[in-house]
Amino acid sequence: MSNILELHNLKKYYATQKAVDDISFSIKQGSIFGLLGPNGAGKTTLLRMITGIFFPDSGRIQFDGKDFDPLNDIIKIGYMPEERGLYKKMKIGDQALYLAQLKGLSRSEAMEKIKFWFKRLEMESWWNKKVEDLSKGMSQKLQFVITVLHEPKLIILDEPFSGLDPLNASLIKDEIYGLAQRGSTIIFSTHRMEQVEEICDHIVLVNLGQKILDGTVGDIKQQFKENKFSIKLSEVPAMVNSNSFELADQQANALTVRINEGFRSNDVLQYFLQQNLTIESFNEILPSLNEIFINLVEGTNATSRAFQKMTT
Amino acid sequence: MNKISLIIQREYLTRVKNKRFILTTILMPLLIVGFIATATFLAIKGKDSHKIAVIDNNSFFKGNLKNSNEVSFDFPAGVDTTNYLTKGYTDIILIPKFEGSQKVNYIIRSKKRISITTEGTISDRINAAIEDKMLQDAGINKLILDSIHKQSQFAELKAVEENGSTTKESNAALSYAIGFGSGMLIYITMFIYGAMVMRGVMEEKTNRIAEVVISSVKPFQLMMGKIIGIGAVGLTQFLMWIILIVGLTTVAQAFIPHDVLEQVNTLQQYNGQMPAGGMVKAGEAAQQIYKVQHTISTANWPVIIGCFIFYFLGGYLFYAALFAAVGSVVNEDPQDAQSLMLPITMPIIFSFIIMSNAVQDPSTPIAIWASIIPFSSPMVMMARIAYGIPGTVPYWQLAASMASLIGGFVFTTWLSGKIYRTGILMYGKKVTWKEMGKWAFRKS
Repeated sequence: MSNILELHNLKKYYATQKAVDDISFSIKQGSIFGLLGPNGAGKTTLLRMITGIFFPDSGRIQFDGKDFDPLNDIIKIGYMPEERGLYKKMKIGDQALYLAQLKGLSRSEAMEKIKFWFKRLEMESWWNKKVEDLSKGMSQKLQFVITVLHEPKLIILDEPFSGLDPLNASLIKDEIYGLAQRGSTIIFSTHRMEQVEEICDHIVLVNLGQKILDGTVGDIKQQFKENKFSIKLSEVPAMVNSNSFELADQQANALTVRINEGFRSNDVLQYFLQQNLTIESFNEILPSLNEIFINLVEGTNATSRAFQKMTT
Repeated sequence: MNKISLIIQREYLTRVKNKRFILTTILMPLLIVGFIATATFLAIKGKDSHKIAVIDNNSFFKGNLKNSNEVSFDFPAGVDTTNYLTKGYTDIILIPKFEGSQKVNYIIRSKKRISITTEGTISDRINAAIEDKMLQDAGINKLILDSIHKQSQFAELKAVEENGSTTKESNAALSYAIGFGSGMLIYITMFIYGAMVMRGVMEEKTNRIAEVVISSVKPFQLMMGKIIGIGAVGLTQFLMWIILIVGLTTVAQAFIPHDVLEQVNTLQQYNGQMPAGGMVKAGEAAQQIYKVQHTISTANWPVIIGCFIFYFLGGYLFYAALFAAVGSVVNEDPQDAQSLMLPITMPIIFSFIIMSNAVQDPSTPIAIWASIIPFSSPMVMMARIAYGIPGTVPYWQLAASMASLIGGFVFTTWLSGKIYRTGILMYGKKVTWKEMGKWAFRKS
């Protein structure tokens, strides 16, 4: 599959900091891409460059095989910012119509699509209500519909699940899968790692304006694995002592071991088999993205940077 | 372009459909008409009448004090300060004996406080009577004196304005009213619509809708759409007011009796004089109506209305862009808006002060300069235009003023566009003037 988006050496410097400092990556068409990073890492600046709100200081953005042209390509992008924005006093139907038309749809096209989506997400009765009458989750749903209404090739969702109850969250999640299947590419910006693990094919982690991780979720986990395994035995073992591994944790008959360098998992199994213990289960423990994230980001001055606001 | 028109439409329709807009548009002229009517009514009916008992120790004033509806003098016997109220008088004046030409205090007692105007009237009447007495003492016959009184006040000033080879009747009071009225209207609308633009921008920023919209349109389009949309709301409001006022006057005319109207028409045909051989003499009502209509017709309405629309729009665009810039840098705190607005509201208030002087004296150097500089020209020029083009305002001044206003709003819009573009997406930080200056003048 071809790349929908390629970033080449993007830079955006503000007066006091390098918000985006030489970032390059590419996103495959139809994939669900996770853009991760702590607060203030430069995610929003990066997204604003991709949506054409900001111009990069240097570097190149290629969209759909061509140089990114914000004026014309903007209609192929749907952007849901982290801070939801809707006109509080405007009727919901009118609002959706207005925003869809701003994206370049004709009035009749917009009407047709709004009706389709409102029906799909059971929002038909909202048409004449005002946003101020909606709950937070409801306005979130509306915002999502407005973002994807014009069937953009690239959908950028900044924290799409915050404030949604589990039912609505899974509804939106299904829609995201559906959109990806129909060929849309989704960029998913968040710091909720469990959602990323569940949804994303490919992730990039940025910190302090630089890319520090890039790859598929599986690859990254392999890259950061610590050779840990969990073993469940039928009975509590007496003494565990082997030069092939070290015992990291033991809770009765559930053990966690770390394999020493130069040994394989089979060496562990062999040890317990020799002890004549029945093995009920044996699994490799891969680090969660959350752990990888914390490991990589901790110790840098990422948090302190979050408090320095942008000055331009 | 299509997107700008979408934004203009939204800004315009959401405001025009608003109940408050409809209410103020309809109620405002009614309120003004009602206010004028009440004020007139009170002025006529609300005056106190004073029945004053005069205790004169010179026995001169009897018959020499002029009586009128509001103030009447009486010279009763047996009335003193203790019993004048029970005898049916509201006030009592004690006049001491004259002592040469020295100033003497006359004391007036009353239960109710006397207003300044009534006090002035009473004082004038007494002084006039004393003046008469002095003239008579100097040997002037009372009959001659009375005939002089009757014939005085025969000069009526009629100002005529030179307008090239032709002359035109002008009316200073009307010019004053038009100048002040239109200047005032521009002043009020500048604040109302300027603040509306600012609140609109602030709303978009705090609601975070700006980011959603800006991912579809350019920030400049969003700003201009808002400014133009709200400007159109202002024009609509003016248009409806004009229609309502014209409508109300037409309705009011229907209440004038038919024969009076006919007399007014005749008066108009014969330039204010009843034809010599006419059957009827114009009644007082017809004369009054004719006078009002005639006075109003001396103003050059097409020029005044045309200029008003130009200066309203120019002034609005000039300041609305600045208000939008302020709205874009303000965060949730309305106090910030107050302090940031000050540099914009100051010139407006200052222009208003210059305008209220210019409307009395339209040709001072300050008035001329202020009517050309775009900061103050919308108000001050309107005050001067009421006095006539090209008499008071030469064509070159009008041209310079209009050109500089157009240049001015192009500049403020450009400047504000740059501030707005950065400000609208900035959250959580208090912006200083220095930073705004930096945004405005940096490249790209």
